[in-house]
Amino acid sequence: MSVDAKARYAQSHEYARQEADLIVVGISDHAQDELGDIVFVELKEAGKRLEKGQVFGTIESVKAASDLYMPVSGSIAAVNEALQADPSLVNREPYSGGWMIKIRPDNAKDLETLLDAKAYASLVGEE
Amino acid sequence: MAGFAGYDMPISYPSGALEEHAVTRRSVGLFDIDHMGQFEISGPWAESFVSRMVSARISDLKVPMSRYSLLLNEEGCVLDDLFVYRLPESWWIVVNASNREADLTWFRSKATGGVSIEDRSDETYMIAVQGPKAIQLLDAVGTVPASATERFGWCRTEIGGVPILFGRTGYTGEDGGELFFPAEKALFLWEYLLAKGSELGIETKAIGLAARDSLRFEAGMPLHGHEISTSINALEAGFKWACDFSKDFIGKAALEAIAARGLTRKLVGLEVSGGVPREGYEVANAQGRIVGSCVAGMFCPSVKKYAANAFVEPTLAVPGTALKVIIRGQPKDAVVVKRPLYIPAYRR
Repeated sequence: MSVDAKARYAQSHEYARQEADLIVVGISDHAQDELGDIVFVELKEAGKRLEKGQVFGTIESVKAASDLYMPVSGSIAAVNEALQADPSLVNREPYSGGWMIKIRPDNAKDLETLLDAKAYASLVGEE
Repeated sequence: MAGFAGYDMPISYPSGALEEHAVTRRSVGLFDIDHMGQFEISGPWAESFVSRMVSARISDLKVPMSRYSLLLNEEGCVLDDLFVYRLPESWWIVVNASNREADLTWFRSKATGGVSIEDRSDETYMIAVQGPKAIQLLDAVGTVPASATERFGWCRTEIGGVPILFGRTGYTGEDGGELFFPAEKALFLWEYLLAKGSELGIETKAIGLAARDSLRFEAGMPLHGHEISTSINALEAGFKWACDFSKDFIGKAALEAIAARGLTRKLVGLEVSGGVPREGYEVANAQGRIVGSCVAGMFCPSVKKYAANAFVEPTLAVPGTALKVIIRGQPKDAVVVKRPLYIPAYRR
């Protein structure tokens, strides 16, 4: 499983990657592999403001539903509409086409509270 | 992996549940279903005993035929669903893993003199070979062509030197069959079938529990504990066709009384938009009143729909009826649809 070196990670397996003044969020390659085939992704609408740790959506695999948690506090600036038509993007390209939301963070420094790629790789045994 | 009735079983193999589902619909899926139980019933009173125990007609079953049936309790509720095979000297009963012990106890508790009931589950292994190319594969590897056996028929054959009872049955909606054979040959036969598939250019893959569930669900087949159970009667689950009211069987009187009173709920298929319905989710009518609940639900890979099976009030059990399924507190649009959702090519 791959770990995107440019991203930071929550303990709950969401990645957060700074792109300009936004933070792109999805789930790690490890997480998508654990969940198995993704068949549905439900995301809160753009414009919604949420605290770190609040649920921004739900991802449904073949067998179960799992909540998705905000890695940092902020407002949702964009959601990936492509996942409605093709949720398997999360399996195939979790760090690129399978991104879920873009967050305009309350405080860009919050990113530093997350695990860096090395620490996350160690967490999921990918070292 | 998942624990299931005391067996460790793969939810999916590395290719994933959706691909396993697709392989079974386009070529051949191989299912390790040793967890299924098999009883052999014999003796001078075996036929009348089996006939009284199961809901379906068996008096017209001749060698080499088999038939689907329900096992009902005195209340007309479903202890299990099973297959009855007419063998030359005995009746071969195939039951679900999770009910094996309870079924055996039930059969033995009802048995009279002249009936012998043997549990053959431990010595018998079971592999299902399912898919549009399954019969082609089995024809190529068996000493007796599988294609010569009719649907729900059986034959004795040999594959790779292993003696096999082949039944042209299954739990996917596809053509194919189920193989019963000595348990010690399991690994050999499993690898033999995979190797032969590859050698013959017939794509053949191992299928886990998740795809087994989505295949049976699309094909409209029940899973005990969901569409049928000891708290669900045969009529509300839509199994009148599997009950022969011209004979005596356990549960018949109860079902006749239920039919006279009228059903309080019925099993329906629901197509849902905006989420994946799951077991336990409530069903509401357009006004928001709760009118039932889902007993199974999932993404259906072949028809590419989110669907549920649900018990709802009988007046709503009409295809086209607009309902709601409550998914994580949100009512999502649902419509009653005809089951099964999927009909394989060979039956269209």
